[in-house]
Amino acid sequence: MIRLEHVDKIFNTAAGSVHAVRDVSLQIEDGEIYGIIGFSGAGKSTLVRCINLLERPSSGKVFIDDVELTALDEKKLREVRRKIGMIFQHFNLLRSRTVYQNIEFPLRKSKLSKAEKDAKISSLLELVGLSEKRNAYPSQLSGGQKQRVAIARALANDPKVLLCDEATSALDPQTTQSILKLLARVNKEMGITIVLITHEMAVVKDICDRVAVMEEGAVVESGNTVDVFSRPGEEITRDFIETASNIRKIHDLIADENELTKINAGDQMLLLTYSGSNAGEPLISYLSRAYGINANIIYGNIDFLKGKPLGKLVVTLSGKAEQIRQAREYIDSLGVEVEVIKE
Amino acid sequence: MSLLYTVAPNLEKLGGELIKCLGETLKMVFVSGTISFFLGLFFGVLLIVTKKGGILQNVVIYRILEKAIDVIRSIPFLILMVLLIPVSRAIVGTGSGVTGSYVALIAGTVPFFSRQIESVLADLDEGLIEASESMGFSPIEIIFSIYLKESIPGITRVTMITFVSLIGLTAMAGAIGAGGLGDFAIRYGYQMHYTDMSWVTVIVILIIISIIQFIGNFIIRKTTH
Ligand SMILES: Nc1ncnc2c1ncn2[C@@H]1O[C@H](COP(=O)(O)OP(=O)(O)OP(=O)(O)O)[C@@H](O)[C@H]1O
Ligand SMILES: [Mg+2]
Repeated sequence: MIRLEHVDKIFNTAAGSVHAVRDVSLQIEDGEIYGIIGFSGAGKSTLVRCINLLERPSSGKVFIDDVELTALDEKKLREVRRKIGMIFQHFNLLRSRTVYQNIEFPLRKSKLSKAEKDAKISSLLELVGLSEKRNAYPSQLSGGQKQRVAIARALANDPKVLLCDEATSALDPQTTQSILKLLARVNKEMGITIVLITHEMAVVKDICDRVAVMEEGAVVESGNTVDVFSRPGEEITRDFIETASNIRKIHDLIADENELTKINAGDQMLLLTYSGSNAGEPLISYLSRAYGINANIIYGNIDFLKGKPLGKLVVTLSGKAEQIRQAREYIDSLGVEVEVIKE
Repeated sequence: MSLLYTVAPNLEKLGGELIKCLGETLKMVFVSGTISFFLGLFFGVLLIVTKKGGILQNVVIYRILEKAIDVIRSIPFLILMVLLIPVSRAIVGTGSGVTGSYVALIAGTVPFFSRQIESVLADLDEGLIEASESMGFSPIEIIFSIYLKESIPGITRVTMITFVSLIGLTAMAGAIGAGGLGDFAIRYGYQMHYTDMSWVTVIVILIIISIIQFIGNFIIRKTTH
């Protein structure tokens, strides 16, 4: 379990001081995948570096399994760090060493015998699917392969926690997916707690059990991934959801007065967000039948959060005011989120 | 042999002297070069780790070191040699001859070399340091297994440059009585107008430099991946 208590980090630079992390308290349970999402400069990297104290918090406490890291001396801290793996956006592999030697590097301080180390490295290479590349140098690998080596290296000392700072940001979408699959497997099969920092919604929604949204150094919203993204409480969370879908286009179309988005007086254009079982299509046809109104779908999208569907529909309802009101009541009663886009 | 003596007639009687001077130069380069190499590495690493944001940040040490290097570097070598004669007497017991040249050669080489080492190490990806810190390595381990190990090609390159300029310095040291090829060229080439001896000296020095570059390039090729 990782616990941050009122962590603050202030950088004092010649140009003034930067409050990179503001009063962050959070708890990450054993075995979960915890996402921290935020736009560039939100303080995500600084926060994750506060977990293994690569960055010492200006104030606040950091605990791992009830050991207060912020109270340890450098030597003790280095021992604890061996049990916290970390991977980075730019992989940070040692260029002068082969894949095998890179994975061996963190094992220099381990008490394993030479044969045990060799077995360990071989099984890690197997895990990340790079057994044939054991004698290759990093310059001979693709980005995805480099990150796999970095993951194997981070796992060499059997860590309990794996910190990932933008681990997929330098990779194409397909490679990103394969790295995320690998991380999910590491989490599941080895029971390793994963903290994942990203600015990409696509990364969080696939594998994170819980998520924290960061803005200007503070965690503004956090909770179960499905809950946070199906009922976003903050503007910035909504921004992230929109970056993942095409929904933002609707606003552009409205601004451009596109034909599609024209509505008559009394009509309403709604954004419906529904999760799990309350499916969209039947709802629309039911509205027409039961309330005698026209429901016209302008946009539809289904996303999957940890495998659970999250649907988005933009519809215009036209009909008598009373009927529209009743239809809205019915929609609300289903637990579907409604946002009025235009009326 | 006879062809050689036709091109450089004075070689016949000065050949032995040339060999002796070559030996002196090699001795000066080897001894002061080796000591300078380790001192330069030490100070270069010290600069990098004590720098702001370094793994053993220490502004006071960094500032003092930086100032000392800049001051020594700004003194012309000829003057430095003269200034250091008493120091040399105190350390190695003499201020002249091959042995007396070591202190000046080292003082003339180390500041420059330290700065070059610093810039080579500064080129290393910051992320590697971060990654090894995250693995629980101590500053000393990071210095040896990351800073130095990962920078071997760059260190070799600046070492080559430094050895070549060190040969230049030994020639100057020769002029004030340290012996060596510089001394040889001045005595015979300049004072006695044996032009052929000046040329022979140049060729010998070129050969030494080529050997240094050959070895250096070989190491760089073997360690760059
Ligand atoms: N060592 C430092 N010294 C001074 N300011 C810093 C330092 N590290 C980070 N900052 C500042 O702290 C703020 C947060 O930076 P951080 O790198 O944590 O953001 P981030 O969310 O990781 O952004 P990105 O997505 O671009 O990586 C930024 O304003 C940054 O300029
Ligand atoms: Mg970052």
